[in-house]
Amino acid sequence: MTTLSAVARRARWWNHARVRRIGAYVFAGIVVALVTGPGGSEGHYSNGLRHGLLAPRVIPFIVGGLVVWAAVELGGRQLYRVRPLVTTVVSGSQRRWQSPVVRLVSYGLLLVVAIVYPMHISEFWRVVAANEIAIYVLLAIGLNVVIGFAGLLDLGYIAFFAIGAYATAYFTGRLPIHAPFTLNPFLVIPLAIGLALISGVILGFPTLRLRGDYLAIVTLGFGEIVYEFAKNQQGITTGSAGVFNIPHFSIHLLDINYDWGLPSLPYYYVSLGFIVVVMFLFSRLENSRVGRAWTAIREDEVAAAATGVATLKYKLMAFAIGASTSGLAGVLFASKVGSITPDAFTLQYSILVLVLVIFGGMGSIAGVALGAAVLTWLPELLRTHVNPQNRFIYFGMLIIIMMIFRPQGLLPSRRRAREIRFAEAGLEGADALGPTPGSGLTS
Amino acid sequence: MLLHVEDVRVAYGGIEALRGVSFDVDEGEIVTLLGANGAGKTTTLRTISGLLRPRAGTISFDGQRIDTVPAHMMVRLGIGHVPEGRRIFPRMSVRENLMMGAYHRGDDTEADADRVFELFPVLLERQGQDGGTLSGGEQQMLAIGRALMGRPRLLLLDEPSMGLAPMIVTRIFDIIREINQQGTTVLLVEQNAAQALRLATRGYVLETGEVVMSDDASKLLADDRIREAYLGEGAA
Repeated sequence: MTTLSAVARRARWWNHARVRRIGAYVFAGIVVALVTGPGGSEGHYSNGLRHGLLAPRVIPFIVGGLVVWAAVELGGRQLYRVRPLVTTVVSGSQRRWQSPVVRLVSYGLLLVVAIVYPMHISEFWRVVAANEIAIYVLLAIGLNVVIGFAGLLDLGYIAFFAIGAYATAYFTGRLPIHAPFTLNPFLVIPLAIGLALISGVILGFPTLRLRGDYLAIVTLGFGEIVYEFAKNQQGITTGSAGVFNIPHFSIHLLDINYDWGLPSLPYYYVSLGFIVVVMFLFSRLENSRVGRAWTAIREDEVAAAATGVATLKYKLMAFAIGASTSGLAGVLFASKVGSITPDAFTLQYSILVLVLVIFGGMGSIAGVALGAAVLTWLPELLRTHVNPQNRFIYFGMLIIIMMIFRPQGLLPSRRRAREIRFAEAGLEGADALGPTPGSGLTS
Repeated sequence: MLLHVEDVRVAYGGIEALRGVSFDVDEGEIVTLLGANGAGKTTTLRTISGLLRPRAGTISFDGQRIDTVPAHMMVRLGIGHVPEGRRIFPRMSVRENLMMGAYHRGDDTEADADRVFELFPVLLERQGQDGGTLSGGEQQMLAIGRALMGRPRLLLLDEPSMGLAPMIVTRIFDIIREINQQGTTVLLVEQNAAQALRLATRGYVLETGEVVMSDDASKLLADDRIREAYLGEGAA
């Protein structure tokens, strides 16, 4: 007679979950071997496969996979013992984080680091800091208002960046069509912010009645229109040739004469100043009546309207604020780099900024800033550590891993983290990316 | 007459959901709209509260035309809407949900909150909890409480009994009566005709977008056709 325990004992050894996981680790090892191995070549299209898979160098990767498997499966229990300790430390630091003094001091220290550290790095990294990190951080903080606060999916966000950049070219007299006056790029800033804001309202007013996917498609279309216009209207924008010699910032006031010129550091400080101001303003906004209206709209638009929130007005406001931040970033970018081409404003960049926001933690200003900084810094760091052509493969892998293990982002806002947990528990959809408002609540 | 609805027509695209609906609600009444699925009950409430626009007809509240007033202004005028399916804000706390109900004014919301907590003591216990973690009955109470925070003169209730256990429904109906006795006029949409008619002063019966019957609630409750169609008492 076979008893139940006898059946259990007779279960084939290869059916054990633990053993089956060996396969996954070995497979991961082989993938890493392939990715880091030699690329393809024109003569032998299977070059990469032959030298990555069939060469002896794949063996250490397989062994590595086995070692990681052994460490996780056999040492895994030790890890669980550490876990409660980690939880205690983290929740303790969260409690301390809620004290305003601790927060102020931490932000102050971070600001000091952000000011002092770039003085001690090479010009290469200063360029990265001024041309990429600062610009993307500003863009991400702006898009966070639209997506993170109001829950509106905007896929044409980079169009406002283009409007800011081309406004700079126009008002400094670098376009084929001439402005009635030419200005120092500094003075273009308010004009560009205003222009981006107005275009945000013009786009938003007829389209913000739409929701979720529909709004995403319309904004995507708007982004394409702006891109095609910049690329094809040679008489107005110089087309795909691009605009060159956009002047740098300068100040000529009374006795003060200062020119920003070519070095990156002074530009970085201007951008940092704007980032600090914008972060402060937006965090005040988030905790105001306006912020509460945005939260209500994000959670359930119909209920928000029924409780007396003027939904169209507040959605328009979020859209316009995001657009003007993007326009500001456009001026900083155009004046720093000195030249713009339409290819800097394709859909790809709208999606990149969206990725930065999601990676950092939608709705959390600090998280979004950190996420944008990390994700723009990383490809530059990888440039010297891996084959530069392959660095975006790692970038993609990181984002995939992040979305599997930490979908709420690096530093999520507390409310957003709960939304993700609700969605995972199947209670409802995580909005911005297409909710049925209140769908989890009926029935 | 507090609310006057006259010959209102509403269409979703080409499909006419309301084909000339007229009815009145007097100050201090509880009026109920009955009807099967698709009769136009929810459409009627959503049109009154400005979420939908009528294609024709007029709606007036306290003598003032309101059929072109946007939804978010209705709270200011004194119309509170408890929407179908409750639609509370799931990741706001119970207290934050209530405060959203008083969004249009910033003053002394505490007194209103206290009044809501008196009606629904369970909400006081749960005031720090996320709305989405409440049970169905508690969410319904929260939705009603949120509407009361706007100090409505007229409360529109859309199927408050939906998906709730009979015992909870009885409790919620008791509270609706209490709200009414404190001076709020109630327009109640229900599929649960028996309980709605026992609570209401008058009732209207909607069928495919038209009012087919109207009378005092007690008379409707005794009417054979109503008993057959809505109270599940087969005449055969």
